[in-house]
Amino acid sequence: MRGQNQDTRAAGHRGGPAGALVRPVEKAKDFKGSFRRLLGYLRPHKIKLILVLIFAIASTSFNIAAPKISSKAMNKLQDGYMARAMLKNLSEAQNQIIKEINQQLKQAQTNPTLRQSLPADPEKIKAVQEFLQLPLLNTVEDAEQKAVICEKILDFSKKLSSGEQKINLTQEQIDGALRAIRETNGQYDFHYIGNIALILLGMYLISFVFSLIMGWVMSGVAQKTVRDLRREVDHKLNKLPLKYFDAHSYGDILSRVTNDVDTIAATLQQSLTQIITSVVSIIGYIIMMLTISPILTLIVLTTLPLYILTTRFIAKKSQKYFAAQQRELGELSGHVEEMYTGHNIVKAFGHEKNAIEKFEAINNRLNEAGWKAQFVSGILFPLMRFISNLGYVIISIVGGIWITKDILGLGDIIAFIQYSRSFDMPIVQTANIANIIQSTIACAERVFEILDEEEEIPDRPDAKIIKSPKGEVRFEHVDFRYKEDVPLIEDMNLEVKPGETIAIVGPTGAGKTTLVNLLMRFYEINGGKISIDGIDIRDLKRSELRKMFGMVLQDTWLFKGTIKDNIAYGKEGATMEEIIRAAKAAHADHFIRTLPDGYDTIINEEGSNISQGQKQLLTIARAILADPKILILDEATSSVDTRTELLIQRAMANLMKGRTSFVIAHRLSTIRDAEVILVINKGRIIEKGNHKELLAKGGFYADLYNSQFTGADQLEMEDSEAV
Amino acid sequence: MLRIFKFLKPFRLMVLGVLVLVFLQTLGDLYLPTLMSDIINQGVMRGDTARIMQVGGRMLLVAGGGAICAILASFLSAKMALGLGTILRSKVFRKVESFSLHEFDKFGTATLITRTTNDINQIQMVTVMITRMMVSAPMMAIGGIIMALREDKKLTLVLAVAMPILAFVIGLIASRVIPLFRQVQGKIDKINLILREKLTGIRVIRAFSREEYETKRFDEANVDLTNHFIKVNKIMAFMMPSIMLIMNLTSLSILWFGGIRVSNEGMDLGALTAFSQYAMQIMFSMLMMSMMFIMIPRAQAAALRINEVLETVPEIKDPEGPKDSFCGKGYLEFKNVTFSYQGAEKPVLKNISFLARPGETTAIIGSIGSGKSTLVNLIMRFYDVDSGSIVIDGVDISEMSLETLRAKIGFVPQKAMLFSGSIADNIRFGNEQASEEEIKHAAEVAQASEFISKKNEGYDYQITQGGTNLSGGQKQRLSIARALARKAEIYIFDDSFSALDFKTDARLRAALKREMKDATVILVAQRVGTVMDADRIIVLDEGQIVGMGTHRELLDSCSVYREIVASQLSEEEIA
Repeated sequence: MRGQNQDTRAAGHRGGPAGALVRPVEKAKDFKGSFRRLLGYLRPHKIKLILVLIFAIASTSFNIAAPKISSKAMNKLQDGYMARAMLKNLSEAQNQIIKEINQQLKQAQTNPTLRQSLPADPEKIKAVQEFLQLPLLNTVEDAEQKAVICEKILDFSKKLSSGEQKINLTQEQIDGALRAIRETNGQYDFHYIGNIALILLGMYLISFVFSLIMGWVMSGVAQKTVRDLRREVDHKLNKLPLKYFDAHSYGDILSRVTNDVDTIAATLQQSLTQIITSVVSIIGYIIMMLTISPILTLIVLTTLPLYILTTRFIAKKSQKYFAAQQRELGELSGHVEEMYTGHNIVKAFGHEKNAIEKFEAINNRLNEAGWKAQFVSGILFPLMRFISNLGYVIISIVGGIWITKDILGLGDIIAFIQYSRSFDMPIVQTANIANIIQSTIACAERVFEILDEEEEIPDRPDAKIIKSPKGEVRFEHVDFRYKEDVPLIEDMNLEVKPGETIAIVGPTGAGKTTLVNLLMRFYEINGGKISIDGIDIRDLKRSELRKMFGMVLQDTWLFKGTIKDNIAYGKEGATMEEIIRAAKAAHADHFIRTLPDGYDTIINEEGSNISQGQKQLLTIARAILADPKILILDEATSSVDTRTELLIQRAMANLMKGRTSFVIAHRLSTIRDAEVILVINKGRIIEKGNHKELLAKGGFYADLYNSQFTGADQLEMEDSEAV
Repeated sequence: MLRIFKFLKPFRLMVLGVLVLVFLQTLGDLYLPTLMSDIINQGVMRGDTARIMQVGGRMLLVAGGGAICAILASFLSAKMALGLGTILRSKVFRKVESFSLHEFDKFGTATLITRTTNDINQIQMVTVMITRMMVSAPMMAIGGIIMALREDKKLTLVLAVAMPILAFVIGLIASRVIPLFRQVQGKIDKINLILREKLTGIRVIRAFSREEYETKRFDEANVDLTNHFIKVNKIMAFMMPSIMLIMNLTSLSILWFGGIRVSNEGMDLGALTAFSQYAMQIMFSMLMMSMMFIMIPRAQAAALRINEVLETVPEIKDPEGPKDSFCGKGYLEFKNVTFSYQGAEKPVLKNISFLARPGETTAIIGSIGSGKSTLVNLIMRFYDVDSGSIVIDGVDISEMSLETLRAKIGFVPQKAMLFSGSIADNIRFGNEQASEEEIKHAAEVAQASEFISKKNEGYDYQITQGGTNLSGGQKQRLSIARALARKAEIYIFDDSFSALDFKTDARLRAALKREMKDATVILVAQRVGTVMDADRIIVLDEGQIVGMGTHRELLDSCSVYREIVASQLSEEEIA
């Protein structure tokens, strides 16, 4: 099941900034221990990681500092703007007032009645005189002088209280503007701004280079770590006893080595750098905001609990719905899989309607759970944005008021807004990564479980090799059991001379492969001794022991590759002549040559481009090429057509010549000709002897033999459904 | 993709609602910087605190309104997308259920499962994404451009340069990475393949002591994958820094050129701040849109696969005005039937004629590919014949309804397929009206009652999906019991005894003989022992009948039969 979900996971698990937040999290059993162990795999890359850390801090710091620096340019621009505006306004005002005064004076000269209306107040007259003596603003060059004149004009206009208010600014702003005039002389200081722009350009470029280097250094770390992990698991799989593989489904092991490892890779790849940059960013943003304004920072920080509360609330809800959706989805997939694989049965028994009814019921439940999950997770982002906007508005208001009081510059506010708006991103990311790491550790645990499995008993250091084996096999007082309390083989004795054939007979699923498992030492016996040519198989090197055996099982295992390579699997470095000779002996040469690419035909993944019978012939060829001293054969060829069956039979006969053979026998001719027949039922050897002896005994074997071709209906039969 | 969206019809209002809401929300987002610039121009620059508060209040309202719109839109889009998914799933499933084996084979089980589940999930997810991002991103981009133009036309030239550069860089990186990603996927598949082979062939590998070779093979794939991944990562490492650099340079240019514009009194400071915020919004929506370009082709592929299913017209349908008057019960006749699979050069079955009567057993034997199973599938009308006709009880099967036809037949397939549920449920699958007695009887005849009674839960024993908690023989016997419960006129056993041992096979055949005195039995088999005492054995070879008669007759007359017999029995057993 886990294997099929790869697609949805790829799109869902890592989708969006809050992807992992809203989905159910898999909890690790021992988070700390497994986390530390996973970190251990990163140890070889310690230097690189430190390098990444340094570059991450550097690049992020530059990114963080940039708005603050660009705010300086903005402030400068504002200063210039304000100064220019003030100079322009005051200059106009000066001209206007001078014009007015002159006009009034002229009128007073021509019209004596008006003269009386002129201010008689000597103070005022003095002020007017002084004002008239002021040099014109637009003719003055010196910044200080300009500022002084401005101040005076402002004073004067204040004194002429009757005059309409031309300038609508707070005292702080006026002071700021005057300061700006002194500093900038009413010019935009593009030299200063240009310098800042150059500094910024440099910082952006450096930051670009740094984060690029960081990406490059990091590109190998995650992948190499996972490569080592995969390698380790693969080596481990070689050392695990067969017992392990019998007890665990392929799907489960496969999923651990592929899906789980892939998840670890993705996490290391993305989250490692993300968590570094996120944390650095958060700290950096706070510092920068503090340098601009501690009080505004406080306002931003008060929105933090809001984030946390909303996230927690929504995550809790949505995880519940997502779990429900996953459940329904699983049920739906199960139903679909069942109905589709059994399509002809559903049709044959006219069950389409029932199938659809059940489908619709699950489908509707899925819809119900699905839209809720989608909705709840969908509102997280708007809510976050609202909270962020809330902060934005408050900062705009407070900041705006502060600018009017000249506490902060416009550039500062803009920089601050940039910081506060980027602030929520790394916070969500960190929360998100925390969840991703949780489930990644759970994945890592599953992989570690494989690594911690008990291994096969290693070969003894003084393990022997049989140079030229004769093929004599002996079982002495052998005891064996798969499960502690269920004895299967007790005190079994068997002596096989070289070249003899031992037929193993019994109902399906009776455990005939047990013997194979013991002979090849796939399992360890619990007592007694199995020896080949007089040497205990436990004293032999496993690889040498197994080389003495050839195996042709019903489960024809071939790998994706050419036919040639598949046959050559039996012997390393086999020549083409040897391969063809083996194929001929196995009666496979003919059919191989009818294939489009002959020996180079590639057997596909499902092995569906050649028939079951042909596969069997190839496995026989493989065994012939390996030229073993002892054979293990399974005659079961149920899905093979009759003609191929004939070929297989001949091929097997060829193979058995001069070798000790253990045959899981289905053909009576094989059984009758065998030197020893072992009758197995429920995993136990219940009878032993040759055909005649066993028939005479009138036991299970006799029953079995008689039943095959008699239509008899009155048979005493023991159930055959064990193991 | 568009054809899929026509299923959104019932949600027309919701779609409209989402569009309007997203539009409003986008307007709100676009309006905020303008308000901000108002604060600066009308409030800050004039020292008007009251004005600042007023505009600030308006900003808050706009932000709140935007959030409400977004939440409502999320609600509607969730309802709509999941609704679409539900409808699609239902349509696809119903369609597949109406498929005959011909259409079913054309697709294959695995892909049909993916199409019904994963592909539709994909569409569902993309629909959510589209309504959440794709609708708002272009609106945002266009709106942003309009607003930016309104603030200052000349400064938009900066954007006119920056946007194509951004698009080009993203496009360049994506075009290099996407094919590499595909390769990486291939390498991952390769590793999975090697592992799977390793696990399934563990015995063979150890038997041939090829662990080292396998390790080398795995390691090569492992290293190959790692190296490829690193290559992808190295290119991907350019992505974020480049985007950041372009964005930063854009805002820097806006500051510089905007500053010049301000100094020339072409624009005011408020407009400059608003402009730079619009610029960022535009760039972000472009990033969003570029993400859509990655998602949509994937969804497109899924949509195509779904459409393929929906557009397939099942070839076998009920006739109009089906006949339901029959003469006799269980008379099955093949009249010169020829059949070939679609696209095949040669027919699988050629001129097949025979008559099976009630109370008789007709056995069919032949090598693989001789057309045995095909013949059986024709009786079930899983496929339609090319020429000739199949007549049951006097009526051509293509003239009766599928339900009537299949009700006459108890079918036991080659591969015993059970469903999750109790044992009783599975037997009742053959006949919903079957009483408990009848179920027990069917199980008994099928030689299944013995193992059922050994289970603690008996007939309530729950079978897992795929019947993994039963042995092959047990499954086969239950599948036989299921057919028996149907109380059919005709029973078809398609090589249904293969997983049984000789003894059970014999006992079962004896029991069936008693049970089916009046029924017509069609028996497909590989083992000579199974067919030996049939009333009629049909020997098929390469789609043609090469011999028909009893065991004895065929031994004398049919060389193919003799060959088959010789390969399975020794001299004395033939006699």
